[in-house]
Amino acid sequence: MAQPGKRVGLLVTCLVDLIRPAVGFAAVKLLEDAGCTVEAPRQSCCGQPAFNSGDRASARALAEQVIATFECYDYVVVPSGSCGGQVRVHYPELFHGDPNWHPRAARFAAKTYELTSFLTDVLGINKINARYAGTATYHDSCSSLREMGVRAQPRRLLAGIEGLTLAELPDADVCCGFGGTFCVKYPDISNAIVSKKAEAVAATGAGTLLAGDLGCLMNIAGKLQRLGRRVTVRHVAEVLAGMADGPAIGEPEPKRAAP
Amino acid sequence: MTLTSPQFKDNARAALADAQLQRALSKGLGFVERRRLAAERLPEFEALRDGARDIKNHTLAHLDLYLEAYEARVIAAGGQLHFAVTAEEARAIVVDICRKVCAKTVTKGKTMIAEEIGLNDFLEQNGIQPVETDLGEYLIQIRHEMPSHIIAPAIHLNKDQVEADFRRVHSHLPKDRNLAEPQTLLTEARGVLRERFLSADVGITGANFLVAETGTSIIVTNEGNGDLTQTLPKIHIVLATIEKLVPTLEDVSTLLRVLARSATGQDMSVYTTLSTGPRRPDDPDGPSEYHVVILDNGRSSMLGGGFAEMLRCIRCGACMNYCPVFNAIGGHAYGSVYPGPMGAVLTPALVGIDKAGHLPNASMFCGRCEEVCPVRIPLPRMMRAWREREFERHLSPATVRSGLKFWSFFAKRPALYGLVTALASRLLWLFGRSAGRFRRLPFAGGWTRHRDFPAPQGATFQAQWRRRRN
Amino acid sequence: MSARDLIFGSIRRSLGVSGKEAPRRKTVGDRLAQHPAGLVPARGQLAAKERLALFRTMVEAASGSIDEIADVADVPSAIAAFLRAHNLPMAVRRGGDPRLAALPWERERTLEVSVGRSDGKDVVAVSHAFGAVAESGTLMLVSGPDNPTTLNFLPDTHVVVLDAKDVAGDYETLWQRLREKFGDRLMPRTVNLITGPSRSADIEQTLILGAHGPRRLHVMVVGKSE
Repeated sequence: MAQPGKRVGLLVTCLVDLIRPAVGFAAVKLLEDAGCTVEAPRQSCCGQPAFNSGDRASARALAEQVIATFECYDYVVVPSGSCGGQVRVHYPELFHGDPNWHPRAARFAAKTYELTSFLTDVLGINKINARYAGTATYHDSCSSLREMGVRAQPRRLLAGIEGLTLAELPDADVCCGFGGTFCVKYPDISNAIVSKKAEAVAATGAGTLLAGDLGCLMNIAGKLQRLGRRVTVRHVAEVLAGMADGPAIGEPEPKRAAP
Repeated sequence: MTLTSPQFKDNARAALADAQLQRALSKGLGFVERRRLAAERLPEFEALRDGARDIKNHTLAHLDLYLEAYEARVIAAGGQLHFAVTAEEARAIVVDICRKVCAKTVTKGKTMIAEEIGLNDFLEQNGIQPVETDLGEYLIQIRHEMPSHIIAPAIHLNKDQVEADFRRVHSHLPKDRNLAEPQTLLTEARGVLRERFLSADVGITGANFLVAETGTSIIVTNEGNGDLTQTLPKIHIVLATIEKLVPTLEDVSTLLRVLARSATGQDMSVYTTLSTGPRRPDDPDGPSEYHVVILDNGRSSMLGGGFAEMLRCIRCGACMNYCPVFNAIGGHAYGSVYPGPMGAVLTPALVGIDKAGHLPNASMFCGRCEEVCPVRIPLPRMMRAWREREFERHLSPATVRSGLKFWSFFAKRPALYGLVTALASRLLWLFGRSAGRFRRLPFAGGWTRHRDFPAPQGATFQAQWRRRRN
Repeated sequence: MSARDLIFGSIRRSLGVSGKEAPRRKTVGDRLAQHPAGLVPARGQLAAKERLALFRTMVEAASGSIDEIADVADVPSAIAAFLRAHNLPMAVRRGGDPRLAALPWERERTLEVSVGRSDGKDVVAVSHAFGAVAESGTLMLVSGPDNPTTLNFLPDTHVVVLDAKDVAGDYETLWQRLREKFGDRLMPRTVNLITGPSRSADIEQTLILGAHGPRRLHVMVVGKSE
């Protein structure tokens, strides 16, 4: 059900911006189809890498920047549970005890949503008209699951996609081993964890892996590809928006001119 | 204890390459599924967790007064209370008590505090033979190892290793004795330890709870070893730290209702034993002396600060059972007595963040630990707090610091950031588009050693967006 | 300064208190005196009949066995039958508890009964429970002149006699009964809460019964619940 007049600021996230803009455009399409007016103001990063590395001052500076940029919108939507969790859970924590910033951060957090949660919980959409042929499995990113309460929402939307069968991933709630800077600080441990995840994905027999966070997706896709497993990996927004016809994550482009 | 936390990375690498260990870990921890089922069977479980958290918070906020009340009740029951600020003091008190009765052997129930203060080595140096009686603790004692899990100390071993150790240490064993199965191994251990129980001069246990209302110490076991340890010898010594205090028996009920369910998925552990003072004049058994050594070891200074909530911990082990990192590398890699997420927060408080800096960093902040903690300790938040301390004290690695500085310089300047990222993604696209991904990338060796890196799709989202909207 | 004073000093410094604050002292004094109960699960608050049924279920779930015996005079023969059924020697060690002493042991001529603490050589012990908790299938045994603690742990098989009316729903009820029997803030030397037979899963996570304590726990519930 469309609710015209809602002004949504898209916090596109660093990884989508840099690595996979298609996810951002898929999010825009989903939101516009639902009647929202979408804007993507000039932005950089939500500050999570600094926050998780103990650099509170930089994290705060970036959080102030994000709040100042986006607080004019009715809603802020993020195609990532991780960056969404940073805003929703950790911004208020960052400004704890600050009489000026804390109320502002709390108000801001309250109108920030992960994409699939926004579509279902706020806009009340239960079915999207799109097609995707094949069996897919879904990985719950830790932040989506535990910070944003996202579990049923993407599954509900995927259930309505014509041609798509969802095969549940065993231990879908176990981290893929990405963990932001963790995967480069402790590469061997990260590798052990993502190897297990990649094998579990392959064992479902699904041809496609979907998730709502590009970090996890890049991690698992990279491992599947290194292992030579033929599973294509996409952000859930691409499938929902019916924009899953281009190359999947890490797959080569067909020979044609540059965009 | 020998702290190897500074070598965490090497430890982890060795653990990942250790086929025996990986075989033990590959089964997965059965505790995970059993905890889930136990929680599902009790509709009030989540509310009980809130109750348990509140009891601990209340006790910690009034710890001085509950400790006073507890002290008075222990003395009234004929027990002796000893205070120790440091590990050295606690060790000395224990050895003094043992010396007074010319103790030769000491049986021990499972106590993490004894591990924390390195009691066994100290007893041995003083001519006293400590005998661990928890099966898992006994197995690691004869291997001279640290526990690899706080409730399953020998989870890293397999039965062949245990058989080899028994044949090495139990010199009475005939060669044809069948020790191939966990059942026969347990029977062998039971036989050997039964003699030790009956001949020990002193029994040392830990405490899961100290009850201020009655001056009671409580241990929780499944084997019954701690119970024999504290019943048979002439002297029972309880080693406990200050945060074990709880106000009343009613409070104990709430904590018991979450403890076993979180730890092993049992509704209740087999033995919960409450001890108050020494045996009474007409009692047919029980110790004639009852000592409690109350250790601080840095905990009192955690109260009221950023890490105070860690003192709620009831040592169930759920956080490590659910931790993907723990499941990948086992407990020894952490290089300290307390492994896993709870250790990642507690160890730096005990030994210093300069030595234990890796522990709170070796986390993906996936949040599973906090999700299952029976007393709702915000473990990821406190690991992050340790990272902040490290950052403030310039203890984080130089590469991390300079990388962060470089990145945040751009992130704080969105226009410049847009230019630089547009250039970077364009470049990466140019080099990567034909394959769609990179098998190797400069400055990203940590990533590409183990997995491919996707090539960007070309122009950044923001560049395309602006082009589209203008 | 003593270690005690240092620890109290440090706790108070960290908490920012002196220890003399009247409201804090009152809070603590009240809680110790009134020992308010927390949340008691619904399953701990069942009526007598359901309570006993739950107790049986939980004992069995914890790998214990349980019999209900209507007439207390039948306990010795029930014990003898239990021993025969499990091929156990016809000898038991029991404490001097008057409730056990009053049983007609002489009816079982082949059953050898001795009294006192265990030295580790007894195969079967018989104890009388102080009470039980239905919500987890837990027995409560208290030490005293007639109830040696060693009987609960050293023998291979532990038979526990329990009056049906002593089966409580929750732990809280039993704490209160302890206070009534021993006095406020007073406890016997040992209170054992026992839920099933001894076990260990320390070798390859394989659960085996009979680690250091009894391999077998058998509960005999005597009489009617109310």
